[in-house]
Amino acid sequence: MADLLRVEHLRKSYSGGRPWGRKPPPALNDVSVSVARGRTLGLVGESGSGKSTLGRCILGLTRPDSGAVIFDGVEVQALSGRALADFRRRVQPVFQDPFGSLDPRWPAGRSVRESLDCFGIGTPADRERRVLDLFDRVGLNPALAGRLPTHLSGGQRQRVGIAAALASEPELIIADEPVSALDMSVQAQILNLLMDLQKDLGVASVFISHDLGVVEHVSDEIAVMYHGEIVETGDTETVMTSPRHDYTRTLLAAIPRPRSSAPRRPPCPQPT
Amino acid sequence: MSAILSLDNVGVRFNAAGAAPPAPAVDGVSLQLHRGEIFGIVGESGSGKSTLANAVMGLLPANAAVSGSIRINDREVVGLDDEALRSMRGDEVSMIFQDPTASLDPTWPVGDQIAETIRAHYPVTAREAKARAIALMGEVGIADAAARYSDVPHRFSGGQRQRIVIAAALANNPQLLVADEPTTALDVTIQAQVLQLIDKLRRDHGTTVLLITHDLGVVSMICDRVGVMYGGKLLETATTEALFANPAHPYTRALFAANPAGAPRGARLPVIPAEWSVESLRDAELLRAAIGAANG
Amino acid sequence: MTSTANPPAKSLEVGAPRRAPSRFILLGSLILAFLALVAIAAPLIAPHDPESVDVHRVLGAPDLQHPFGSDVLGRDVASRIIYGLRASLLVSVSAVLASLILAVPLGLLAGYFGRWVDSTISRTLDLILVFPAMLLAVTFIAILGPGSVIAALAIAVIYLPILARVMRTSTLIVARNDYVAGSRARGASHLRVLVTHVAPNAFGPVIVQASVLSAFALQLEAGLSFLGLGTQPPTPSLGGMLADGREVLIQAPWVEIFPGLVIVIAVLGFTFLGEGLRRIFDPRGVGE
Repeated sequence: MADLLRVEHLRKSYSGGRPWGRKPPPALNDVSVSVARGRTLGLVGESGSGKSTLGRCILGLTRPDSGAVIFDGVEVQALSGRALADFRRRVQPVFQDPFGSLDPRWPAGRSVRESLDCFGIGTPADRERRVLDLFDRVGLNPALAGRLPTHLSGGQRQRVGIAAALASEPELIIADEPVSALDMSVQAQILNLLMDLQKDLGVASVFISHDLGVVEHVSDEIAVMYHGEIVETGDTETVMTSPRHDYTRTLLAAIPRPRSSAPRRPPCPQPT
Repeated sequence: MSAILSLDNVGVRFNAAGAAPPAPAVDGVSLQLHRGEIFGIVGESGSGKSTLANAVMGLLPANAAVSGSIRINDREVVGLDDEALRSMRGDEVSMIFQDPTASLDPTWPVGDQIAETIRAHYPVTAREAKARAIALMGEVGIADAAARYSDVPHRFSGGQRQRIVIAAALANNPQLLVADEPTTALDVTIQAQVLQLIDKLRRDHGTTVLLITHDLGVVSMICDRVGVMYGGKLLETATTEALFANPAHPYTRALFAANPAGAPRGARLPVIPAEWSVESLRDAELLRAAIGAANG
Repeated sequence: MTSTANPPAKSLEVGAPRRAPSRFILLGSLILAFLALVAIAAPLIAPHDPESVDVHRVLGAPDLQHPFGSDVLGRDVASRIIYGLRASLLVSVSAVLASLILAVPLGLLAGYFGRWVDSTISRTLDLILVFPAMLLAVTFIAILGPGSVIAALAIAVIYLPILARVMRTSTLIVARNDYVAGSRARGASHLRVLVTHVAPNAFGPVIVQASVLSAFALQLEAGLSFLGLGTQPPTPSLGGMLADGREVLIQAPWVEIFPGLVIVIAVLGFTFLGEGLRRIFDPRGVGE
């Protein structure tokens, strides 16, 4: 079974513009990961680890200095024109809110429709229908389609972002800190949504986050990044219970865990 | 064992000219902090926890109306004039915030910023203040403090900047330290270190700490007692052990349950019921605003 | 690096006292609308022909027939002011508009694409900034000859780098947002992103700057006319009237004062409008 996404030996440096002085460390240093169809790869790292840069390289928004991003057997760098548009349609981003992930002047529905407009999918009537469909699927009241992002809560905006990503029926979603800016209660809802969608649609995803607890919950495989390098990969169970690298161990130990998380769970309200 | 900080039925309302009166940001909060303890206030956005912290420090904007009583060291703070408040801040009571970069002047050497806090409250010479600042920097774990005294903030990492902010806050040995999300902006590995630093300083100096956070893990790490806030109200208070072992209020229980770190992998997380959700708070506000706009 | 959960849905947001930027905009717009109306309706409201000489009324004091008096050639000051206003407003507003038309795309391209595009555009525009405004204008006119059109052109060139720079800065800020990257990822071409996302969101500060610069443009035009380099006689111009009035300031102050007053009012109008717009569109002072 061929991987849906393969990243091979990616390198990226931001030169900083100065020809003299110390060169800043590379943002990505010989990074290789892969994602199989329908699976979720959790990418964990703190600030400066390069995880966001990796996400942008996969999306084709940033050009790496060397190495390759191979999607469904085709190298992304070499794409242009129709083939590039096709790639874009199949790989979609979900960003961290707040406020910057949706155009503040566009009603929510238009943001969701954007990929359909750009890729020319369906007639305008079809697109409107699909937008309402998507709203429904992400658990948003379709009446919100006409609202501006400023009149939506963080959780609602994030659902809009997810709907926008799903519009073109992608096979791979790159989610960069999708729940980091949300309250815990809202975070839980969005995580449930993402897991449901993955199950229902079979979408693969790269889930980027600094929060190991969240990543552990949703991912099949985990890759840990530190200073631009992948220091550990493996399936979630193994990485969490028997980490091999020191940094992973440090990360695991540093997570403040509620003391009672292991022994007993408090009585829960009915899951929705 | 006296109460360093005593809140009695504290309420905060923000007045809006002409618009419908919004719900109180803080509503009927009463609690007492004992000397030397770390008391955590945990809540999500809109819970009023930051507003409460600002009320304690007297840092609310002009359109805020505070009711009830806030006593620091048996001295009433509500209604105190600016001059008196200013003399208390940095001396008897200190505050640290979420973003260390915003708390430090980017153009001043950090050592001078610490020294300035000292000299603002005590008549010491520049040299004495500098010596104390260097000692403080060493105490919070800045290596080579004497040499780094003259460095500007951007030469330090985020975690180090927060340590410097803590040093400045503790310079005059305040009895009460209010920390508003002090580690939220830091990487997880640094978070643990900074929290442990706060704990250590508390033990060394007997400072009482009011710690505001949204993170249950932070609470479990260093807090002795905890209060849970939602919608401006204090729902329950308990020792940390008791709260984690047996949360009484349905909101607290839901909060714990919603934490993915505790839940089995891949399982759907239980969702906080609508009446206790942050979204419903926001919706209620939007509705109020819409009604206000329609009437006004 | 995490940020905390969304900024608290503070009561402060919903109930905060609304500022009154509208007062500035209202005042500024009223003044400018009034002046514009006067200028447009010049042929209808001017009491006399601005260029008709009347030797019997040389330096006549203001009276019912000639509310602002007459100048050194017996021409009605009021009528000359009305027509002069026309020239001043026309030159300054068209100059700023022309400048905007060029500055906006230049600033957008520089801010959005960065690197060599930015360097090339910015360095070239910086060359213009090196020269003091008046000097540049005078040089322009020395080469191309005097007249209102040339004056407008000169002013447009002078303000081009300023407006472009403001546009560039706000473009830099806007382009950093995730929705821009998202738009690219959803198949939008650079052009589409620029037109549908970046430009509308980055436009605010440059509009503010443009209206503030209009005030300066008006003064610049008056200055040029004062020097005889702008609007050429016999077409009346406010600056020209200031020049004429200087010599007779003691005997007939109305010749100097009224045109001067009108210039001040017009400048105030633009400034108020600009300040009001700034409070809406550019509270962070990007255009400073």
